[in-house]
Amino acid sequence: MSSTPSLVHARGLTKRYANGFTAVDGVDFDVRPGKAFGFLGPNGAGKTSTMRMIACSSPVTEGDLSVIGMDPRTQARQIKAKLGVVPQVDNLDTELTVRENLEMYARYFDIPNDVARKRADELLEFVQLDERAKDQVEPLSGGMKRRLTIARALINEPELVILDEPTTGLDPQARHLLWERLYQLKRRGATLIITTHYMDEAEQLCDHLVVMDKAKIVAEGSPRQLIDEHSTKEVLELRFADGVRDSLNGKLDGLADRVEELPDRLLLYTADGERTLEQVNLRQIPIESALVRRSSMEDVFLRLTGRSLVE
Amino acid sequence: MTVLVASGRVWQRNWLVYRRLWHRSLAFGFLQPVLFLTAMGLGLGSFIGADTDAFGGFEYVDWLGPGLLAAMAMQTATFESTYPIMNKIMWGRNYEAMLSTPLGIRHIVIGELGWSAFRIGTLAVVFLVVLTLFGVTQTPLALLAVPFTILTGLAFSACLVAFTATQKNDVGFSAIFRFVINPLFLFSGTFFPLSQLPDQVEWVPWLTPLFHGVELVRGSILGTLDLAAAPIHLAYLFVMFGIGAWLADRNLAKRMAG
Repeated sequence: MSSTPSLVHARGLTKRYANGFTAVDGVDFDVRPGKAFGFLGPNGAGKTSTMRMIACSSPVTEGDLSVIGMDPRTQARQIKAKLGVVPQVDNLDTELTVRENLEMYARYFDIPNDVARKRADELLEFVQLDERAKDQVEPLSGGMKRRLTIARALINEPELVILDEPTTGLDPQARHLLWERLYQLKRRGATLIITTHYMDEAEQLCDHLVVMDKAKIVAEGSPRQLIDEHSTKEVLELRFADGVRDSLNGKLDGLADRVEELPDRLLLYTADGERTLEQVNLRQIPIESALVRRSSMEDVFLRLTGRSLVE
Repeated sequence: MTVLVASGRVWQRNWLVYRRLWHRSLAFGFLQPVLFLTAMGLGLGSFIGADTDAFGGFEYVDWLGPGLLAAMAMQTATFESTYPIMNKIMWGRNYEAMLSTPLGIRHIVIGELGWSAFRIGTLAVVFLVVLTLFGVTQTPLALLAVPFTILTGLAFSACLVAFTATQKNDVGFSAIFRFVINPLFLFSGTFFPLSQLPDQVEWVPWLTPLFHGVELVRGSILGTLDLAAAPIHLAYLFVMFGIGAWLADRNLAKRMAG
């Protein structure tokens, strides 16, 4: 553990719902100031439940949790005053204009009117919505609404910004614009906590990741560390014509460190994809197409969750 | 932030939306009593004619007008505390957004009830002006009708917010409108004196809230307030408001907790 105090500190953090379902099962993690911390995992892994506990909107069932040095059980209002929250589903006020959304939200934090106006101006510019300030919210595109929600989360100059699946449902262009804004935010020194089930998002934005699966943390580290630790340098992806795959009968044995079988293709984990491909061709295996790429978080995840793992 | 300031922010959010429509809202608030008093008070009243004994010696329009004011409070409360609250819980998720800030459930409940009180109060003032124009108002004490109307409305608002917080969809609302609000509207002494009910059931209205509101409002406007019964009417409405507000706070907290 490093000596910098953590903004969020969790030990044995557990969330059990009234129906007995355990959404988060004794997880430990520390979020360091000025970093982008990511929770990566499939839907239902427990990411959102963890976020809701950090945001003081869902009570902790068991374990220790401190947020900005305070206890969510007793100091929820003080914590919320210093948090910025971007929820999974937009909850902008559709009866107010773009600008009113920011100014009214500022008032919920008891920010004086003149300060609220000034911050609203700056933030609208930051998320590139200054030209839409007087518009209603509803006609905005999904990406614009998301950006407005992010601007709203920054109105109280939070010490910690929590983003729950910030780009889910957005088209690629809108996602890249959003990533760029979040990157700028990071450069200004903000601490971000991001949940995502997009591996590319995790890789792009996060300095530090925890991989969650079935209510537990299965791995932790920087994206680079996780890839180095849990995957090979390269991946050879092979596709076959119908029926060919079933008749391989071990012809691929010994070619790669590990083989992952997906419904539409095989993934061969290897240090040198091109060389492995040469060997595949030498063995006269009838492939339809081949692709060599670097390992990604996707591969780490496949490896860690053990789904369809064939060694 | 004190409780009052924080609740005021919730109120202010509604004001921000309302201030674009206030003139329209007040115009309707003016038009509705005018239409009702003309059609029912003057039109229907002309059939009732000289038989004013049942109405305590008043013309039918004079007797009806204050009752309508109390009923308006119930209807405005119904309007303000069902769909808009449901929207902020579920569809628009406004409360989720508010609860991400230092605002809490209590501030939301107080702010929303305060808003309801404001809406009912402004409409009551407009209504009272109309009643005065129709020559219904008998005494300056009629001004008391404004707080009485607000109290009547708040008793309903608080209970309806408590009910709305438990609903997963809007199906329950039509049952409430049909089986609670409408019967109360018809049988609370708004349109005809309860002495006209069969003797065996004449006590039933005493159990229902709108009756107490009607008695207070009518008594203050016509100057016939029964000082012995007034504390009972007030106590009924205050208790109903208190229980409603307590349940609203409890139910909404339960609903919004994850």
